[in-house]
Amino acid sequence: MSVKLTTRQVGDVTVIDAVGRITLGEGASTFRDTIRDMASGGHKKVLLNLGEVSYIDSSGIGELVSGFTTVTNHGGILKLLGLSKRVKDLLQITKLYTVFEVFDDEAEAVRSFT
Amino acid sequence: MGETTPSEFQPVDTLLDSTLESVDSAETTILGMAEKMGFDEDDLHKIGMSVREAMVNAVVHGNRYNSRKKVQLRVKAAGSELAIEIADEGEGFERENLPDPLAEENLLRHSGRGLLLIEAFMDEFQVRKREPRGTHIRMVKRLAAGG
Repeated sequence: MSVKLTTRQVGDVTVIDAVGRITLGEGASTFRDTIRDMASGGHKKVLLNLGEVSYIDSSGIGELVSGFTTVTNHGGILKLLGLSKRVKDLLQITKLYTVFEVFDDEAEAVRSFT
Repeated sequence: MGETTPSEFQPVDTLLDSTLESVDSAETTILGMAEKMGFDEDDLHKIGMSVREAMVNAVVHGNRYNSRKKVQLRVKAAGSELAIEIADEGEGFERENLPDPLAEENLLRHSGRGLLLIEAFMDEFQVRKREPRGTHIRMVKRLAAGG
């Protein structure tokens, strides 16, 4: 199964709930298109919920980084929510913990945008 | 129920097409062996991801999906050691010529992290340019003592 993305608004924060795998191929391109649409649609506060993402490979990590850059280039900010231990480990190995703001609690994450 | 010992595994030595289906089949084959050897869930995840990263390198960046080029997969289970070799027929590269994915200026690059992940997840990892062409990756995972 590749990734399935649904979006919802919590105040002025756009939350993207991701379910499945973000890997080379369909999963990564679905992810890329959604983030690009969010950014170009004027969504400046984007919270990406990865709580139901079971697997991310290096292509998926590349998409997270590209998503971060895309939103930033549109004057917004992208933060991460609900990372599994494995995804946290990936961010540690790749030093991307220094790039992303990461939250375990959604309410706290939403408040952090204000 | 009799346990399968590593010595019972037949080594794998096969040529795969340069397709994403080959990535999946290599992962499935190797994870099947690794599971029977007794690797735990966490190690299986690391092995699976390392195989995918190496296979994607070979298929996508090495052979560039060229149907005339093959990926050679060799797998050997000996004692507590699972040794995997993946070789492509691409242009080949030396690792020292690649951008360091951990350098500050490269952190926001889209790609270039696959080898870093393999190195972090496996007990041994070597990558070298093949002659006359291609790249050869060898990686080893060992069962934890008592595992």
